[in-house]
Amino acid sequence: MANETKGNWWIWKVFWILLAITTVEVVLGMIKPEFLMGQFLGTKLINHVFIILTLVKAAYIVLQFMHLGHEKKSLKWTILLPALILIPYLLFIVLTEGGYSYMMM
Amino acid sequence: MSETIENTNAWGGGGRPYNASYGKLMMWFFLITDALTFSGFLAAYGFSRFKFQDVWPVAEDVFTHFPFMHGDHPLLFVALMTFILIMSSVTMVLAVNYGHKMEKEKVILWLSLTIVGGAIFLGSQAWEWSHFIHGLDGVHATLVSNPYGHPLFADYFFFITGFHGFHVFSGVIILIVILINVIKGTYEKRGHYEMVEKVGLYWHFVDLVWVFVFTFFYLV
Repeated sequence: MANETKGNWWIWKVFWILLAITTVEVVLGMIKPEFLMGQFLGTKLINHVFIILTLVKAAYIVLQFMHLGHEKKSLKWTILLPALILIPYLLFIVLTEGGYSYMMM
Repeated sequence: MSETIENTNAWGGGGRPYNASYGKLMMWFFLITDALTFSGFLAAYGFSRFKFQDVWPVAEDVFTHFPFMHGDHPLLFVALMTFILIMSSVTMVLAVNYGHKMEKEKVILWLSLTIVGGAIFLGSQAWEWSHFIHGLDGVHATLVSNPYGHPLFADYFFFITGFHGFHVFSGVIILIVILINVIKGTYEKRGHYEMVEKVGLYWHFVDLVWVFVFTFFYLV
């Protein structure tokens, strides 16, 4: 384990990153800046910002806190690939269908 | 495990091709299935929201309360809940880290704080639920109707945050069991604190799911 000798500083670093991102999300959600309210790829621009920030947070939790970034490469991809392939696929199919159902009502 | 087995035929059995223990691998595989389950829930939520986009309630208009404060404070309470869960994730990593160093007292300290964080989160969720159910102008939120908008909104809220809350609840129970073992010195005798690491994986996963619930239920 590489972290055995690394001490605790990296944990607090990740904590501050997660806290900063969450703060940005909450502030954006509260003030809803005008320049982010335009439509882009089927939803508001601000929602794209939220989703990107969320994925950054998720990456820090999985790779640092859950230590997956420091596991063997084969283990890392065994865990990540099913999720990275199946979840976007599921979302694409289901949300497309949701939009279609809306038009057909 | 001898070096020669691992070098000549990693997949021949008896070795550890992933360089991770059986228990840790199984925890990871469980977490993948659980991640796909939650993805299914959130995708279904997205479907209904797209389908009923004209009548779907905006979460900021529904969850606007904060304990002991008057007026509208959208996002504030749920931001606090997110902070509590992130904080409990930090205390969990610290417990795991001190487990690697075999420092029993520190593991006990940080594990206990993690349990406290989980308990506070559960209490907050109970508060959020009771406010949601209480409803508006005397109309309560149930599985078949709610005063906020489309009935499905309440169904998804109960189902998704309920399923997540049940994960947190199970996590707290498991953490308590592990803490008792740490205090009894079980892992000290065993020579390693891998059990703390495994429950840590589960606990971070619960935090991870909340990050997505927070975004897709409250922000987007």
